[in-house]
Amino acid sequence: MIVRILGEGQWDLDEEHLTALNRLDEEVEAAVESGDEVAFSNSLNALLDGVRTTGSRLPDDTLHDSDLILPPADASIDEVRHLLEDEGLIPG
Amino acid sequence: MSLMKRISLIFRSKANKALDRAEDPRETLDYSYQRQIEMLSKVRRGVADVATSRKRVELQVAQLEQQSQKLHDQAQKALSMGREDLAREALTRKSGLTGQISDLRAQQAQLQGEEEKLTLASQRLQAKVEAFRTRKETIKATYTAAEAQTRINEAFSGISEEMGDVGMAVQRAEDKTSQMQARAGAIDELISSGALDDASQLGQGDDIARELDAMSKDTDVEAELAALKAGSSPQPGAIEPGSGQQATAAAEEPQKEEGQS
Repeated sequence: MIVRILGEGQWDLDEEHLTALNRLDEEVEAAVESGDEVAFSNSLNALLDGVRTTGSRLPDDTLHDSDLILPPADASIDEVRHLLEDEGLIPG
Repeated sequence: MSLMKRISLIFRSKANKALDRAEDPRETLDYSYQRQIEMLSKVRRGVADVATSRKRVELQVAQLEQQSQKLHDQAQKALSMGREDLAREALTRKSGLTGQISDLRAQQAQLQGEEEKLTLASQRLQAKVEAFRTRKETIKATYTAAEAQTRINEAFSGISEEMGDVGMAVQRAEDKTSQMQARAGAIDELISSGALDDASQLGQGDDIARELDAMSKDTDVEAELAALKAGSSPQPGAIEPGSGQQATAAAEEPQKEEGQS
């Protein structure tokens, strides 16, 4: 399973780690919905750390798309909301 | 659906939309490569822009620090002359600058961080563009249009995700930099308006410096006068009273001229 952290790169993760990360992902999602910046920042950073520590970094010249994509570490809730809109931040 | 999944689906749908544009799938390779090269130069320009902003802020920090040091010196001078009120005024102004300096330092660190992030992003994109170029040539040489499609899709989705990522990084850096540039502009205006310069040129325009300067001239004159008197009084008989008075008047003359200038 390949995971990208925006602004950082891609990691290869074993499926077994996904359960723990999914729980953190739910926390991030809940924080985005409630607009709680502190909870959002804490859970996002825990999630990103989980990916960085349990996954292995893919070389920069890997041409493979990711199964999961995560916001950058310093993202705000607004940026994540914008990212989820179809006309969001990603240049077409 | 999970957040991570939703974001990746949005990236993928963007990539697919871009892929559908070309008729012969092999043409999409050259078209995409062209766009990758453009994105590479865009991110490099981004690095240069952020570096320019960072240097501007660094220059401002240096200017304000110099000014702060001058105010500190003025406070010390004022204290040595027993003018606590002037010293207090100088230190009050200095503390205003201190806040600005630490604010600018924080901006400088933030810009430095953006610069490093963009530099890394450009290195990652560069590596992927190189890999794509090799793959592109292989696909064009080996496969018919029909056969090529699957392989192109693979190569394309890998690079387009990176392009989206880098494009976002450049956009974020631009947003942050432009906010700071507005504030940097305000500080540049403050510096060029002379509001700070005046105080940095001792004795010109700045009221604290002017007063200190005037005081030090007065005390210099007094001190010199006292020294002259002390030098002449122990031997009143050695010099004729007339010539002694002349010497004192002559010594006083240049001080008066300086005081008027």
